[in-house]
Amino acid sequence: MLYRENGQFKSSYRADQQIFPIRQDRWFVGGLLLAAFVAVPLLASEYLLQAVLIPFLILALAAIGLNVLVGYCGQISLGSGAFMAVGAYAAWNFGVRIPGLPLVAQILLGGIFATIAGVVFGIPSLRIRGLYLAVATLAAQFFMDWAFLRIPYLTNYSSSGNVSVPPLAAFGLPVETPAQKYFFVLCFVLVIGVLTKNLVRGAIGRQWMAIRDMDVAAAVIGIRPVYAKLTAFAVSSFIIGVAGALWAYIHLGSWEPLAFDLNRSLQLLFIIIIGGLGSVIGSFFGAAFMVLVPILLTNVPQLLGLELPVDLASHIDHMIFGFLIVFFLIAEPHGLARLWSIAKEKLRIWPFPH
Amino acid sequence: MKHALTRTAAVVLAVAGLVGAAGAAQAAEEDFIPLLVYRTGSFAPLGIPWADGKLDYLKLVNARDGGVNGVKITYEECETAYSTDKGVECYERLKDKMGGATGFDTQSTGITFAVTDRAMVDGRPVVTVGYGLSQSADGRVFKWNFPLLGTYWTAADVMIQDIAKRVGGEDKLKGKKIALVYHDSPFGKEPIPLLQERAKANGFDLQLYPVAAPGVEQKATWLQIRKNRPDFVLLWSAGIMTPTAIREAQGVGYPRDKMYGIWWASSETDVQDLGAAAKGYHGITIQNSAEHGRVHEDMKKYVYDKGQGSDKDGKSFGSLAYTRGMMISMLQVEAIRTAQEKYGKGKHMTPEQVRWGYEHLNLDEARLEKLGFAKLMRPVKTSCENHMGTDWARIIEWDGKKFKVVSDWYQSNPKYVQPLVKSLGDKYAAEKKLSTRDCAAEG
Repeated sequence: MLYRENGQFKSSYRADQQIFPIRQDRWFVGGLLLAAFVAVPLLASEYLLQAVLIPFLILALAAIGLNVLVGYCGQISLGSGAFMAVGAYAAWNFGVRIPGLPLVAQILLGGIFATIAGVVFGIPSLRIRGLYLAVATLAAQFFMDWAFLRIPYLTNYSSSGNVSVPPLAAFGLPVETPAQKYFFVLCFVLVIGVLTKNLVRGAIGRQWMAIRDMDVAAAVIGIRPVYAKLTAFAVSSFIIGVAGALWAYIHLGSWEPLAFDLNRSLQLLFIIIIGGLGSVIGSFFGAAFMVLVPILLTNVPQLLGLELPVDLASHIDHMIFGFLIVFFLIAEPHGLARLWSIAKEKLRIWPFPH
Repeated sequence: MKHALTRTAAVVLAVAGLVGAAGAAQAAEEDFIPLLVYRTGSFAPLGIPWADGKLDYLKLVNARDGGVNGVKITYEECETAYSTDKGVECYERLKDKMGGATGFDTQSTGITFAVTDRAMVDGRPVVTVGYGLSQSADGRVFKWNFPLLGTYWTAADVMIQDIAKRVGGEDKLKGKKIALVYHDSPFGKEPIPLLQERAKANGFDLQLYPVAAPGVEQKATWLQIRKNRPDFVLLWSAGIMTPTAIREAQGVGYPRDKMYGIWWASSETDVQDLGAAAKGYHGITIQNSAEHGRVHEDMKKYVYDKGQGSDKDGKSFGSLAYTRGMMISMLQVEAIRTAQEKYGKGKHMTPEQVRWGYEHLNLDEARLEKLGFAKLMRPVKTSCENHMGTDWARIIEWDGKKFKVVSDWYQSNPKYVQPLVKSLGDKYAAEKKLSTRDCAAEG
């Protein structure tokens, strides 16, 4: 009823090609942005910002990065944790070694270093694919874990191998309170999210998808696999690197290589599988699922007044979480993003389905 | 499906709102101690008795004394599984509860690092008894951190002293080979700077053997040890890594009585299942935590006989890790008591006030006797410069059935520890752009 496009005529290619061609969508997104930028920092509690929203946004950003590679270009990667680590440590090293380097520049430099690492570890993708490539990217994970544990230069000879960031400031404004941190992260996510959305809709995104769907056919119609695959690796690891730098700087503040271990890579892979492969919005759904469900499961028994021992609660968490993953994959193998688009389709013809 | 999803979304939003609101609640005449624990994961063998000890002591204080001068201690456990992100989430969830958490014992070096930054901004004490950042003993730089009763540096130093005693004096250490087998994480790496200083000063050869977390794969490490034959092995492990190491040592025929475990690797749970295979294994204890004192009897009388104890299967009560847990809770409670003496007895204490309490702890012999810790501990006194208090430790040995204390009381040698605390503390302050406090001015 409310959500329909009757009477919205597109008279130019430009109008036809916008990200949100339907007016109601644009209103919705506008409202969402307004809420995210104005209402949330004003209303949300510190806990909600620090423990829920900031990790959610950063993981969503990393998931967008991984989605470019896995969802759009079809190259399975188990090395995303490593690329996050490269982003984090590179940013930190620039910050420590070049005093006065602006925070945003540090984070972007972290992303650029992750890009280099990503391209290097992406080279095997030219020869191998599928499960074999996954194993090759696993090598990146183990190599980076090793490097950040054992090469003292990379942690500035810190005695314990742990590094931490000084108080942060960007453009002369401090980034210290939860609301400021949230705002900072949100800006990154918004800019990179919009850029990625446009990238995957454009020529290069179509090349990636062609490679994903059938690389031989794509090569036959004139797409260069080298270019397409390596750009996917580059873009993906840049985004993941930036997310890693944000995770380290904004969320943790002080970290060790364990923060970016294989579990992180698997977590990101789960996020995009649950959220929806090949979908930017799916990355947000998946990240929300990953961040919110464990926290909900921990808090629900307490809110209901049940006194569960923490170890039992934690085991139940794992079981329910596993069950939910299996359930969602059976109910909708294409992820939460697909549910979202089905819902929109249905809403369009509601209340008179044909 | 769509309906189910909207309903889920509604629940998500509702619960998220409630969680946010719960933090604001405040209760009068209660003080809140958050209990970050890991009862699951690869560190659980250590985490369970530790958590039981912490929890039970708070129950004891409420049951026996009715709290601290009438102020009830409230508490809540939060499972971290030794993971930094979960620890951070726990910290955020608990820090504002009941008018402010009075002190976080994070039970993990990694979580301590992550929480230290936040605690400085939020103003919450971080209490790391026997772990954490060793340089945080310097209260001038680390206003909110309290590595009470010892750090990894003091532990490593005491171990070297005991080794020196066994070989016949510190001058005999020259030319000896001492290996450090460590969990490859900040926890395991902490003692390295001190051991390097010691190696330089005493002329022994320090060999480093990192073991990748969680430490179940140590074959290669122990084959190297068999090849290089170090005279002594220091073991910086925790949880599942410890029994694995002892078993591997047995496998390559390395004498267990030449092995020294850090306190987290020297509780009954680590060696019980190995029995005679671990015979001769040495460990270090914080203060004298291998001993039993009157507090154990009180615990039995007021908590366990009433069926309130956390240890349901009789495995953890009375073990070393459990006793250490009680000590940690005792220090937290005493900090609240000390704060009450300044800011008003029987009143709710804010985290800032309890921080003052941590900094002015003065547990003399009479006080420890009254608390039932007389045999377990020597007096502890903290100050603005010294956030560690004292660093007494003893060496214990597993005889196949139980640990027995085999050494006198040791204290670390300030000649090696102090310069490191100072230099690495200053480095930390410089990196974080912190200003140091002037203790003389604060009085």
